[in-house]
Amino acid sequence: MKGKVIVITSGKGGVGKTTTTANLGTALAMMGNNVVLVDTDIGLRNLDVVMGLENRIVFDIIDVVNGHCKLKQALIKDKRFDGLCLLPAAQTKDKTAISPHQMKNMTNELRKEFDYILVDCPAGIEQGFKNAIAGADDAIVVATPEISSVRDADRIVGLLEVAGLSNARLIVNRIRKTMVKRGDMMDIDDIIDILSIDLLGVVPEDESIIVSTNRGEPAVLGTGSRAGEAYRRIARRIMGEDIAIVTDETNNFIDRFKKILKLAR
Amino acid sequence: MLDMIARFFNKDNGGSREIARERLRLVLVHDRSSSSPELLNALKEDLIKVIRDYLEIDEEALLVSLENESDSVALIANIPVKSFRRAVNE
Repeated sequence: MKGKVIVITSGKGGVGKTTTTANLGTALAMMGNNVVLVDTDIGLRNLDVVMGLENRIVFDIIDVVNGHCKLKQALIKDKRFDGLCLLPAAQTKDKTAISPHQMKNMTNELRKEFDYILVDCPAGIEQGFKNAIAGADDAIVVATPEISSVRDADRIVGLLEVAGLSNARLIVNRIRKTMVKRGDMMDIDDIIDILSIDLLGVVPEDESIIVSTNRGEPAVLGTGSRAGEAYRRIARRIMGEDIAIVTDETNNFIDRFKKILKLAR
Repeated sequence: MLDMIARFFNKDNGGSREIARERLRLVLVHDRSSSSPELLNALKEDLIKVIRDYLEIDEEALLVSLENESDSVALIANIPVKSFRRAVNE
């Protein structure tokens, strides 16, 4: 069996790549898949803390590449799911310590053991980005509904196409329904129109993400988180299930009128 | 009801969403053209092919560029004409 390598990228920093990687990976593992999360943000690793696995790190991705340890030795088993592992980034080296070629070999190695290899890409379009996408079959672009984020996402979509990844799909993260409703935030259609790529899912702005990051427990583990619920749905879509994308951000007069009528009844 | 009226007016004025969408559209026209100069070059070559059938032009001096105005982007082509052809080449 051959696993699928999916890179999670965005161009801009702080839009939720690491949160998305942690939640999708955990959700896929919850559904019985063997999943490995690869943190390629060398020098600024964070996927370990978001997953709550920071105390277990012995070796990292650079140790693997340099032959200081076997690939299996560097993989950290998740506390909650047997089928979930993390390959942490190095914190002391820089991004040139690994090459796209080495990255490709490593992901090919991981394919043999895992169903899904989720690669958390660093911000930017330099070496770290090139490393992260080197071995990928698919790409997920994360963007928030802000000009700067969508602009960077557009650039990333272009660069992915050049690299032969023209099947990138979009996750719109941190959307605020109330701001969309009052016309102060771009909606899903605006963003899809501009980027012209397929939509994989929509994740609402949700305070529970901060709480779950504080605790090192991805939001998909709980039941009360709206963002967690959105990530679980996206994970099912990644597995090929055909489930509707809940955007629920409609803002035309007729819809509002209908809602008022419903309330009145 | 007041809320609805307020929202209605807000929509008429256009919230910052419209501003964001328009600014983004313009900045992306520019980003995309500068991140792929091959595209402009391909356009230039195709333009020459078409125009050559009607006019004799100075291909060396031909200039094609995108220019940004405050609220629009224009494709500017400066094509020096040497002479008209007498008949359309089929």
